[in-house]
Amino acid sequence: MNQNPRRIVLLTVGGLVVALAGTFLLDPYRNYLLALVAAHLCAIAGLSLLIGRTGQLSLGHAALMAAGGYGYVAGVKLGDGAVPDGLQPVLGLIVAVVTASVVGLLLGLAGARLHGPYLAGLTLAVVLALPALTSQIPALGGDQGLMVPFRSVPQALSSLIALEQWQAWIALTVVAVVLGVLATVDAGASGIRMRAVRDDEVAAALAGIRPGRIKVQAFVLSAAAAGAGGGVLCFVDSGVRPGGYGVTLSLLLVVGVVVGGTGRLAGAAIGAALVVLLPWLIGLGTSGLDLPAEAAQRLDGNLAVLVFGLLLIGLTVAAPTGALGLLTRAGASRKRSAPSIPTTSKD
Amino acid sequence: MDRFVFLLATGIADGVVFALFALSLVLIWRSTRIINFAAAAMAVTACYLALAVTDLTGSYWAGLIIAVLVGGTLGWAVERGVMRAARDPLSGVILAIGTVMVLQALTGILAGPQSRPAPVPFGDRPVIVGGVPTLSPYDLFVIAVAVTLTAGLHTLFARTSLGLQMRAAAFAPEMSRLLGVPVARMRTLGWILAAAVGALAVLLAVPGELGLDPHAGDPLFVSAFAVAVIGGLDSAEGAVIGGLLVGVLVSLVTGYLGAAVAPLGVLALLALVLLVRPAGLFAGVEARRV
Amino acid sequence: MTSRSRPAIRRPATVFLAVAMIGATALTACSTPEKSGSSGEAKDVPGVTRTSVKIGTHTPLTGPASAGYAPISKAAAAYFAYLNAKGGVNGRKIDYVVKDDGYNPATTSTVVRELVQQDQVFAIVNGLGTPTHAAVVDYLNQQKVPDLFVASGASLWNQPEKSPQTFGFNLDYVREGKILAHYLQEKNPDATFCVLRQDDDFGKDLTTGITQVLGKVTAEQKYAVSNESLTAQIGALQQAGCTVNLLGTVTPFTALALGTAAKMGYRAQWAASSSGGDYPSLVGYLGEDVGPKLLEGLVAANYLPFDADDDWVKLFRQINTEYNADAPFTGNTIYGMSMAYTFAEALGRAGQNPTREGIVEALQSGSVKSNGITPAAFSATNHDPFGGAGITVVSKGVQAYLDGQVFTTDAQAGPVEAYTGPAVALTGEGIPGK
Repeated sequence: MNQNPRRIVLLTVGGLVVALAGTFLLDPYRNYLLALVAAHLCAIAGLSLLIGRTGQLSLGHAALMAAGGYGYVAGVKLGDGAVPDGLQPVLGLIVAVVTASVVGLLLGLAGARLHGPYLAGLTLAVVLALPALTSQIPALGGDQGLMVPFRSVPQALSSLIALEQWQAWIALTVVAVVLGVLATVDAGASGIRMRAVRDDEVAAALAGIRPGRIKVQAFVLSAAAAGAGGGVLCFVDSGVRPGGYGVTLSLLLVVGVVVGGTGRLAGAAIGAALVVLLPWLIGLGTSGLDLPAEAAQRLDGNLAVLVFGLLLIGLTVAAPTGALGLLTRAGASRKRSAPSIPTTSKD
Repeated sequence: MDRFVFLLATGIADGVVFALFALSLVLIWRSTRIINFAAAAMAVTACYLALAVTDLTGSYWAGLIIAVLVGGTLGWAVERGVMRAARDPLSGVILAIGTVMVLQALTGILAGPQSRPAPVPFGDRPVIVGGVPTLSPYDLFVIAVAVTLTAGLHTLFARTSLGLQMRAAAFAPEMSRLLGVPVARMRTLGWILAAAVGALAVLLAVPGELGLDPHAGDPLFVSAFAVAVIGGLDSAEGAVIGGLLVGVLVSLVTGYLGAAVAPLGVLALLALVLLVRPAGLFAGVEARRV
Repeated sequence: MTSRSRPAIRRPATVFLAVAMIGATALTACSTPEKSGSSGEAKDVPGVTRTSVKIGTHTPLTGPASAGYAPISKAAAAYFAYLNAKGGVNGRKIDYVVKDDGYNPATTSTVVRELVQQDQVFAIVNGLGTPTHAAVVDYLNQQKVPDLFVASGASLWNQPEKSPQTFGFNLDYVREGKILAHYLQEKNPDATFCVLRQDDDFGKDLTTGITQVLGKVTAEQKYAVSNESLTAQIGALQQAGCTVNLLGTVTPFTALALGTAAKMGYRAQWAASSSGGDYPSLVGYLGEDVGPKLLEGLVAANYLPFDADDDWVKLFRQINTEYNADAPFTGNTIYGMSMAYTFAEALGRAGQNPTREGIVEALQSGSVKSNGITPAAFSATNHDPFGGAGITVVSKGVQAYLDGQVFTTDAQAGPVEAYTGPAVALTGEGIPGK
């Protein structure tokens, strides 16, 4: 049942190579979108594990991504002059993960005893407090946030690939590490303990597992993944701004988790792709309409939101177990019966 | 001292509105175990129609009745048309988010993005007590509505068989079905009630804010969510106490420390309450997990 | 909640394949973008063909901020429709691509890249908002895309060394604060001056200008847009005995401030910036019944044509009726059309075959005058258009400029001086080059 760690490493590296090669097929803008998908995938995968394994619904992951972003800036500043130029983003990403993990630890400790909506309420309040925090602490740069120096493609590669492709490479590498770690933890003893806690805390406690500690561990792991995603976003966008990490992003991350298929990394990938690409695709579709001034007054912008909302409802109705459930059901119905519970675990 | 009394009065007036909207969230939680993320968008939609009716008839009260009726109808429609598809609380959240997008886009398309002022039925000048402006007649009206509603809902759930059936349907749907409780109908009823209360809350809140626009309910929703969690999602009394607590806290923090600090104050209160009581101040029953 | 273990696809490799496939299919599914400049121009300038110039903007069409700002891009689009109907600029029609960013800086980053890389726009024009546009200003300058007439008065846009492609459009907030404070101080030297402001860079910069002139103010109250109540703040101003309140507020909060003060029976002189002092917009928030009463006597700064009998305003009204579905005519309408006119003027100055470098040079040459009440003064070292503003007052339900109350100043410690020159006059039906 458990996956061999070496196999996970092999698959991660193999998948990464395929994905990196795939970037050559995409133009710069699509590579930029791919980098965004990868950044969101870090956070969605982490959140998916949290919701799917320990049953903790966090609406605070936007704030954790922001923590990663601010951590990235701090790391780059820290490394300025201290480490070789090329290593600054690496240091930035490490500090991003550490920062988000620390915030995650605090949140996890505060939320370990909370159930469902109570945890959701607490974590939502954290996201709402983010703009307040950035306006109160001058070092966080207020609503304009913080910038990091623009990074171009390394000299050795500059004739070969465009900036956006380079950004996609970094993003894909980070997401590969994140997914590899999440898959390893999930496949190991920790994964089993998390599921035990989710299914029945009392029984788990009787079996010698400490539910509170497991939940905090899961929260920290999830926060670290979100922090990595926030760090990547900061790298790609050359800065972090609190306005980008509001309630909307938190809700979108949850949407990404559920529409893909809660608790499954491939589902998270589908969810991340949908969350990032769907608004753009809808925009392409609706901008093709040539509306008279009167209709444009009303429909511009709103039409895209309307379509997104309808698709979201339609998808949830059609695929209550997530898109992945729908795919596996359609593709492999002959092999096994369709899954009916979204928060199922992996083997 | 004058300043304190003034801020206290302001906080109470704001808090009562938070409490009313939190009541709507508590109602849905009690009857379906779902947090209705679409509550604000539904209420705002109802208020658009209410305002249209007030414009048409010139009567505030006609608009108020329409808000409640349309709110209830929307509750019915959303529950029957959308939320039925929810297999678990999580997909309920997603369906609600989709509903928010649809409703906000539709109101944006039909009414435009601009805010419109909302009327008040009474004077909204605060009564001056000892030189300090305190509550206005309108604030007192809102308080009266909140008290009446809380008492009514308390009676419904604690004293009537209908209320008991609604709670049973939410807590133990399988068992209730076996005992002959029309579970589906009870859930729909819960949604209708909750949405009607929500619409009323937003209609009462809008005159104190920037006016009615497709997003007018959003800040109220997040405050009310915090209030409901602080008070305990199962408790109408908790919603009222929580609402007053949050309202007064926000007012005092804004007055003494600055507006930008207020969300930090709410976060601190939330963390403090949940650390001591993980299921809110008025957690009467054992907390259920989602 | 039950759970069962079951086998499923969820190996990292599959994950990557899924992403790659979705990315690729999503993208190959929609046809590759049309390449611009394909109609045989001598030089391949992005967004420019023999018959058209494609430009783009980012602005909130949805979300809470859309209530105040969505009309601006509509007004600009209406002016461009008018311009195109009259033949465009040097035979080229303007194709104005508006992207909704919901006032979210992360979305701004994405849509601006889409405009630059996919839509291949010639320039970004009137990108709206300080935190939003700050997210893309470095990117646009690296890509050498003209970043014209940012819809914000922050000092960020006037950094010709660091951001040579970027030009502002709004009067910068510091200047505006200085001019407002100067006028009020001249008028009531003995007043108790106070400030109510948004807790962000807009409010901060405006207050910097105000205190530059007044020294310390008696009380400074701040609000956050997330909390739609100003009762505590107005109460503090009342208690402090403020008689003249300068507002670093955006339109909805100006309305809320005045409404709240009226409720509390608090009378004072109110003075708003151009970002929050537009009478028609304020009446929209306060209502036709009480609005005019509350707004009587409101002082506001402005730098664009505004009076009802102004030739520009008459033209814009006509364009609004014909090309903008007769939308409510407010300061936003005038702002959007003025900005669009200024772009057309700059494009005309860039010559028969406009290039990205050419339009930046044209602006830096100082030949673009815009249509402000003081002529625009762009130069190689100054990317802020307007050096001055006038004072408007609401009297008997009409907001109009006060005669002889136009001032110029700098964004530093320089003095505020009266401006006696004329406003830029309307010529050629508002079509540059006619």
